[in-house]
Amino acid sequence: MQTIDLSDVGLRETNKTLHAQAADTNQTQWEIINPRGSHAIACGLDAPIEVTVKGSTGYYCAGMNQQATVNIRGSAGPGTGENIMSGKIVIEGDASQYLGATGHGGLIVVKGNASSRCGISMKGVNIVVQGNIGHMSAFMGQSGNLVVCGDAGDALGDSCYEAQFFVRGSVKSLGADCEKKEMRDEHLTLLQGLLDEAGIDADPKDFTRYGSARNLYNFDVDNAGAY
Amino acid sequence: MSNNKIPTTTPRQSATFTQDVNSDIRRAAATGIYDIRGGGAKRKVPSFDDLLFMGASISRYPLEGYREKCDTNVTIGGLNASNPIELDIPITIAGMSFGALSGPAKEALGRGASMAGTSTTTGDGGMTPEERGHSDKLVYQYLPSRYGMNPDDLRKADAIEIVVGQGAKPGGGGMLLGQKISDRVADMRNLPKGIDQRSACRHPDWTGPDDLEIKILELREITGWKVPIYVKVAGARPYYDTTLAIKAGADAVVLDGMQGGTAATQDVFIEHVGQPTLAIVRPAVQALQDLGMHRKVQLILSGGIRSGADVAKAMALGADAVAIGTAALIALGDNDPKWEKEYNELGTTAGAYDDWHEGQDPAGITTQDPELMKRFDPIEGGRRLKNYLKVMTLEAQTIARACGKNHLHNLEPEDLVALTMEAAAMAKVPLAGTDWYPGKPGTGF
Repeated sequence: MQTIDLSDVGLRETNKTLHAQAADTNQTQWEIINPRGSHAIACGLDAPIEVTVKGSTGYYCAGMNQQATVNIRGSAGPGTGENIMSGKIVIEGDASQYLGATGHGGLIVVKGNASSRCGISMKGVNIVVQGNIGHMSAFMGQSGNLVVCGDAGDALGDSCYEAQFFVRGSVKSLGADCEKKEMRDEHLTLLQGLLDEAGIDADPKDFTRYGSARNLYNFDVDNAGAY
Repeated sequence: MSNNKIPTTTPRQSATFTQDVNSDIRRAAATGIYDIRGGGAKRKVPSFDDLLFMGASISRYPLEGYREKCDTNVTIGGLNASNPIELDIPITIAGMSFGALSGPAKEALGRGASMAGTSTTTGDGGMTPEERGHSDKLVYQYLPSRYGMNPDDLRKADAIEIVVGQGAKPGGGGMLLGQKISDRVADMRNLPKGIDQRSACRHPDWTGPDDLEIKILELREITGWKVPIYVKVAGARPYYDTTLAIKAGADAVVLDGMQGGTAATQDVFIEHVGQPTLAIVRPAVQALQDLGMHRKVQLILSGGIRSGADVAKAMALGADAVAIGTAALIALGDNDPKWEKEYNELGTTAGAYDDWHEGQDPAGITTQDPELMKRFDPIEGGRRLKNYLKVMTLEAQTIARACGKNHLHNLEPEDLVALTMEAAAMAKVPLAGTDWYPGKPGTGF
């Protein structure tokens, strides 16, 4: 285990060290202490390493992550895991707004709640939230899956494309062109896999699936009021 | 039966309900939808045409054309980046998306720009191999939609341009119509083929200047503080936007006036939102000067730049470089009269074609139609763009030498006069024949 004291080393040297890890590095386990809510911690990683941040983080922790696993032993600030491409991010506490924004792949797990705009414009990432999510989540979601074990706020999936949303609790309201969908066997299998990967014990049958009604896919003036 | 026919007046067209207005009304009534187009503001607005250089005189002596040096190079991003962009000429190619433009057209832009010693810019939709491969210096646009956005391409870029707004549509997003969504475009954008692809009007993971500062920090960390980071804003509130971009840590500010033409959006948006390019440059320069950052943070001006005269005027007013979009497309061969018959079939004429977003471009440039794309030769297109950029540079040098300047950046407002009161007020240079401009300090106006 390699330990970096962020308050001592500084952000630039911390990230530079992590970026320097090659695909076949032997130093696969890292911990960052004293993060003190700093921004952009462990962003842009591209190696099969596991980084554990011991404390809460600021904006964009693990942004654009590739391959790496980043554990946040605290709460995470806005834009955590934005544009994640692959790998895994696990947040022990709560996540602020824009979690996993535009993420293209990988998995983000939140043990607490996620704030507004969770998964906004998601493009393939899978997000599993053990608690609740805030309003306007998965706005313009293109692909990937958002799993919510608690409740969802207003306007879930507004203007979404092919992203799917699985919610166990209530949905305060659905956004434009988002509708309740049939839960078929393939969806139950998919959901079970995501829950297993996230380490969350829940029954897929308790969830409801939502997705795009596909009415806004091509502009129609008669739908103008829905935009 | 008398023959005293009552005289009639000549038919008189309304200045309010012009033929253009009436055709807009008829089209709206027939279709129920507003008109979407490219081409930038077509209304006449105060422009660089309303400025003149005075040239040398007894008090200023000129440099010998072709004999005495007049440099044109510019460095962008030296403030924070370990690898700033070094350009031979201060004329760059503005961002235009793959999807809106064909792959060969993007290749031609890269070829032409590289031969001329300047940079080109990606657009909404990500970076294509042909564009990266043929561009010596490539600026990677970081847009609200994040279509095609990935860190591998980010690290391949020579600079990053965070797009906040475009001159054609300050505050507006965009839409790439389904007919332009080929398999390749769909794949790059993670969306199904054939559906309209909306581009958001604001970034999904930051709001406001304080967030922007942190976003810039993140991008710098991911790219190791190597490349410059530009912030592109529309010409909405140039003083404040430039101030806030500098405060957020931008290495360069790209300022786009309402004549900026390659973005497709509603006609009403293009013609009624934003400010003319002439009007935005001085407030932006003032912001840079007030913060002591003029020439440290570079100002790149765009929106209707067409000639070396425009370049020289932008430089004289304080810009460090310019960017061209529409002019580059025309140099490649767009709107060429040789396609007149086909423009007519589309209900338009060469020079007026602005439905670049529809993918039916007879010149094969703004299309994803494989048959139309065959009409465009990227090697010839690149050569034409290189020629055009060289001519613009020579024109700007000609003017600079005539003003006695051995670098384009040495041009200054003092070299200019304005032909109209409006231009004098906007550019803060004297009305021709006077030593006064509206708002000049100490004049009481």
